[in-house]
Amino acid sequence: MNILKLLKIRKKSKELASTYVFSRLEVTLSGSGGQGMILAGKILAEAAAIFDGKEAVMTQSYGPEARGGASKAEIIISDGKIDYPKSMRVNVLLVMTQEAMDKYGKLLDPNGLLVVDETFVKDIPSNIKNVFKSPFSKMAMKILDATIVANVIALGAVVALTKAVSRESLIKSVLRRVPKKVVVLDRMAVDAGYKIVDDSGFKWSCNENT
Amino acid sequence: MKFIQGNVACAEAAVAAGVRFFAGYPITPSSEIAEVLSRKLPRVGGKFLQMEDEIAGIGAILGASLAGKKVLTATSGPGFSLKQELLGFAALCEIPCVIVNVQRGGPSTGLPTSPAQSDVMQARWGTHGDHPIIVLSPSSVKETYDLTVRAVNLSESLRTPVILLTDEIVGHMYERIEFPKKGALKLTERPKPEKDPNKKYLPFDTDSPADIPRIANFGEGFRFHVTGLVHDLDGFPVNVPDKNEALLFRLHEKINARRKDICMVDRHRLEDASVVLCSYGATSRSCDQVVKEARAKGVKVGSIGLKTVWPFPDFVFDELGKNVETVIVCEMNMGQIVREVERAAKGRFKIEGVNSVRGTMLTPMEIFEKVKKC
Repeated sequence: MNILKLLKIRKKSKELASTYVFSRLEVTLSGSGGQGMILAGKILAEAAAIFDGKEAVMTQSYGPEARGGASKAEIIISDGKIDYPKSMRVNVLLVMTQEAMDKYGKLLDPNGLLVVDETFVKDIPSNIKNVFKSPFSKMAMKILDATIVANVIALGAVVALTKAVSRESLIKSVLRRVPKKVVVLDRMAVDAGYKIVDDSGFKWSCNENT
Repeated sequence: MKFIQGNVACAEAAVAAGVRFFAGYPITPSSEIAEVLSRKLPRVGGKFLQMEDEIAGIGAILGASLAGKKVLTATSGPGFSLKQELLGFAALCEIPCVIVNVQRGGPSTGLPTSPAQSDVMQARWGTHGDHPIIVLSPSSVKETYDLTVRAVNLSESLRTPVILLTDEIVGHMYERIEFPKKGALKLTERPKPEKDPNKKYLPFDTDSPADIPRIANFGEGFRFHVTGLVHDLDGFPVNVPDKNEALLFRLHEKINARRKDICMVDRHRLEDASVVLCSYGATSRSCDQVVKEARAKGVKVGSIGLKTVWPFPDFVFDELGKNVETVIVCEMNMGQIVREVERAAKGRFKIEGVNSVRGTMLTPMEIFEKVKKC
């Protein structure tokens, strides 16, 4: 991989220090078993619960297959105690495969945000208003030469779009959760996710929409 | 401060509670308990054995328990079925042990990765014969930790098998938890015999029917017998009506006499409730959400969360006030505990059920729909 290119990505990014203002934010990360959606879910929820000092719960759904099959991580982030740990109306839905799109698309709140990996998702229901599209898996290959970090790039983008947690907390959480040998790669993947959103100029505010 | 799943909390709590022997066979959605203990136990001088199947798993822990170790095994529905025979052996021979069942959809291989609460009656009556049992059911990661410690303590102090009945939701749910400081946990030990050269050692003798027998650990110098046959005070088989009855009565009495202490119940907003939601395990979380939302709308709903499912806390329903009109029992099965509630209610309230066997959690919405109809 080209380190110089990576450092360029790492540099800039002006973002608001504040995180979301929301009593209960529901994020669902979905894809195929093995794409790292559950790991991404743990990273996000841990960033909120440990580093942002919020309440957070993560639950998972997956099939009996050893790999493949639709898989999702449901993360609830709240300022208060979380009773029901599953989603009731998903505010933010990440889909990394067409199967996940077809299976979980209907869970998204009408005002919610759909984040799509264009690499694999071609068919997006026309009734979804807020869609952010980017080929995360292709980008992972192009920028970092490793498809395994597609999940963290996508997670970086989700956090950049939603401010579900602070950037610092996300980075701390990534460093704590991913295997040691890919720490540097994943750290860069977060920045790549942020950069994709920055470059797009896309804006979405969960507060305005609810 | 940790951010871990229920299964990991269970394994951590087991080690903290003094468990030093695990034998079992991994099965979804319980495997993380074995995985974590396989790493942790050897580091604290314990033993981890992966056996050829679930039957061997419980067999090995019963042997280790008789030899004096605090023991635990973990499984899910299919494995729990296999363990039933030796569970009865543990109950009759008064062998302390903890069996964790992280419930998944059944029957048979069922839904390996989806939650259910359909083993509640199996936990009570899965093994044959009249036997007492303690079954605890946590609804959060923190509660999984606390109830695992409690399960180990109860099994040791009462010399009885204790079942920790969790489910795929709680087992795989990640939440924040702070472990108690070292030494902060209250641990209980099994009663030990004293050596008296003038008296014959009677391992199953007690001063009163509610007492716990002072059964020696194997290898500590006492000679006695352990059998699955109904036995006399010395442990050897017997078939004398009075003695048979005395043993069975004593087995039940040691649990019944401590029912109020064993039964842990969360009561929430019952003071003026006209509708009470009753649940246990993960489903308690759906009910808590309903109480919160219903109260915000001015609907008088309260909840009862059973942390101890067996022995069944009948007294909780005796204590409900006149304001209560309906009790709605919410469970991820076709309706198992609802029968116990009906029995305990003695016709004082209308009893309804909200059930799910689709392999997903009961939603607050569907429970609230039922509340609205009351």
